[in-house]
Amino acid sequence: MTRAEFEERLFGVLKWISIAFFLVITVFPLIYIISLSFKPISELLQDPGNLFPSWKQITSFESYRAVLRPEDQGGQGFQVFIRNSLQVSLVTVATTLTVGVMAAYAVARLDFFGRRTVNLGIIIIYLFPAIVIAIPLFVLFSRIGLRSSLVSLMVVYLAQSLPVALYMLRNYFETIPIELEEAGMIDGLSRLGVIRRVTIPLAAPSIAATGLFVFMIAWNEFLYALLFVLDNRSLWTISLGVQQLDSIEVPRTLLMAGSVIISIPVILLFFIAERFMTQGLTAGGVKG
Amino acid sequence: MTAVEEPVAGGEEPVAVPQPPAPARSGRFRRRTGLARADARVAYFLITPAVLVVIALVVFPFLWNAALSLQRVRLIDLRSVDFLTTDVTTRNFSRVTGTRDFWTVIKTTFIYTILGTILSIGMGLWAALIMQKAFRGRTVVRGLMLFPYVAPVIAVAFAWKMMLNPTFGIANEWQSNLGLPRVDYLGRRDFVLGLGPWHLTLPLALGAVILFEGWRYFPFAYLFLLARIQAIPEDLNEAALVDGATISQRFFYVTLPQLRPVLAVLFLLRFIFTFNKFDDVFLLTGGAAGTQVVSTKVIDWLLGRADVGSAAALSLVLAGFLVLFVIVYFAIGAGKDTSQ
Repeated sequence: MTRAEFEERLFGVLKWISIAFFLVITVFPLIYIISLSFKPISELLQDPGNLFPSWKQITSFESYRAVLRPEDQGGQGFQVFIRNSLQVSLVTVATTLTVGVMAAYAVARLDFFGRRTVNLGIIIIYLFPAIVIAIPLFVLFSRIGLRSSLVSLMVVYLAQSLPVALYMLRNYFETIPIELEEAGMIDGLSRLGVIRRVTIPLAAPSIAATGLFVFMIAWNEFLYALLFVLDNRSLWTISLGVQQLDSIEVPRTLLMAGSVIISIPVILLFFIAERFMTQGLTAGGVKG
Repeated sequence: MTAVEEPVAGGEEPVAVPQPPAPARSGRFRRRTGLARADARVAYFLITPAVLVVIALVVFPFLWNAALSLQRVRLIDLRSVDFLTTDVTTRNFSRVTGTRDFWTVIKTTFIYTILGTILSIGMGLWAALIMQKAFRGRTVVRGLMLFPYVAPVIAVAFAWKMMLNPTFGIANEWQSNLGLPRVDYLGRRDFVLGLGPWHLTLPLALGAVILFEGWRYFPFAYLFLLARIQAIPEDLNEAALVDGATISQRFFYVTLPQLRPVLAVLFLLRFIFTFNKFDDVFLLTGGAAGTQVVSTKVIDWLLGRADVGSAAALSLVLAGFLVLFVIVYFAIGAGKDTSQ
């Protein structure tokens, strides 16, 4: 057997082993938390190796009920956290897209003095460590009395997701044929008219994609939620809510149910649009 | 800014690989016509909100952070302290750099960052190599491989914490079924590996956190590397094949040289992101068992010791190390690949 033949065989086998390996390491943790979230805590403690909940356990949704039940009924009050997170995330998406579409268009299409600086600025703030500005923002919001509020999170998340949105949108806008915009201008539209009637409708799918990634950034965010709203339980976001389940007083199975709940938007996206996820990520959709 | 369109797996969808900014487009509007002037006015109108947001929420806080680091500010008197009249002092810096564990924390941060970065890129390269050719079910596998990266950090950190739990985690359960002792992976600092007469002490919790890092971020490297691999001209590989190059030779002499620029960019990005990563370490270990890194220490100064000034000072130290790294990176020429 020549070296070439040997390598063909070796790597032919290794390839399948590797694919299996990557499948197991990516999927197993997900299956693990889902199956534990359906098991009663007593059973987990007795037989930690058994991963399969019975059909009755699955349909009872016991841990999920306990997590979602309001606090005054002995639950963990996750409905409130989900509502908070939805509120914060949706407002963040709206503001980020508005500010982002405007600026990204200018950088992608218009020639103005300072454009290079703005371009460089986008890269720098994209790489800027959140931890370095967390403390002054903490101080600032404490001082103006806004710290314990969802508004403070909305404001900070706008700043967090704006570079990502700018980066993605600018790349998308650059792919729109300039001739279409010029045609609009020849037909008598102003520049702003072109943006509103030509560019935005053409870029709508990309803008929606960017919005979904902004939503995920806000939905998943943890550090600022911890710093800003920890002292007021009614303001907790879902990520903070799940993290606070990590205590000895709460059964681990509830922590797993919380982890599944917070993952639902991402899991849904996977089933709906895997290709779209790949595209968004390579376009810079996540920071960190 | 140019977005290089390259085919990703299957070659049907365009993806944008990040590139450093290119000079502003010239030519079309080079002459300052009335239209161009009007466009510039529109442009300033359009970027104003974004610029204001960045100034108010990034630039101003960053400068204020520097001011805070030079003042004695405690959490308790945050509401009453007058930032304009409080004395300027460098005591915060001597306080944070003077703690017993300061250099340990710096060292841990570098070990965590460098190994985490290398591991995630290495795994990403491996994944990209096995995914480059079509096979049945590739679309499904390709999508699933993104999961660690896009899943909420809260969910995956607790999944790992649960799997590694010493009493009812699945890892320990399987271990004890095999007759091995149970190990508290995230709670024990060291692991002594006995090889006959030699003993090797390995950091256990830190190792687990680094593994998590590699696992969580390999899809990031994998995406960019796969896009680049599939953009390599087919004739390069064919020429090598005609010359009798084996698979490994084609990898080392054809593929790898083509990947160098992407690998350099990935190293820079992952290093920066990992160096100031807070969530992952905080959620997995809370900074215990020899995993304290600078970012978790910053929050410890802020919330644990209620010392705002010192937290600000330490975060500046972190930024300083980061700037130093970027300078070294470009000085040793890795930047040559990055900026082309």
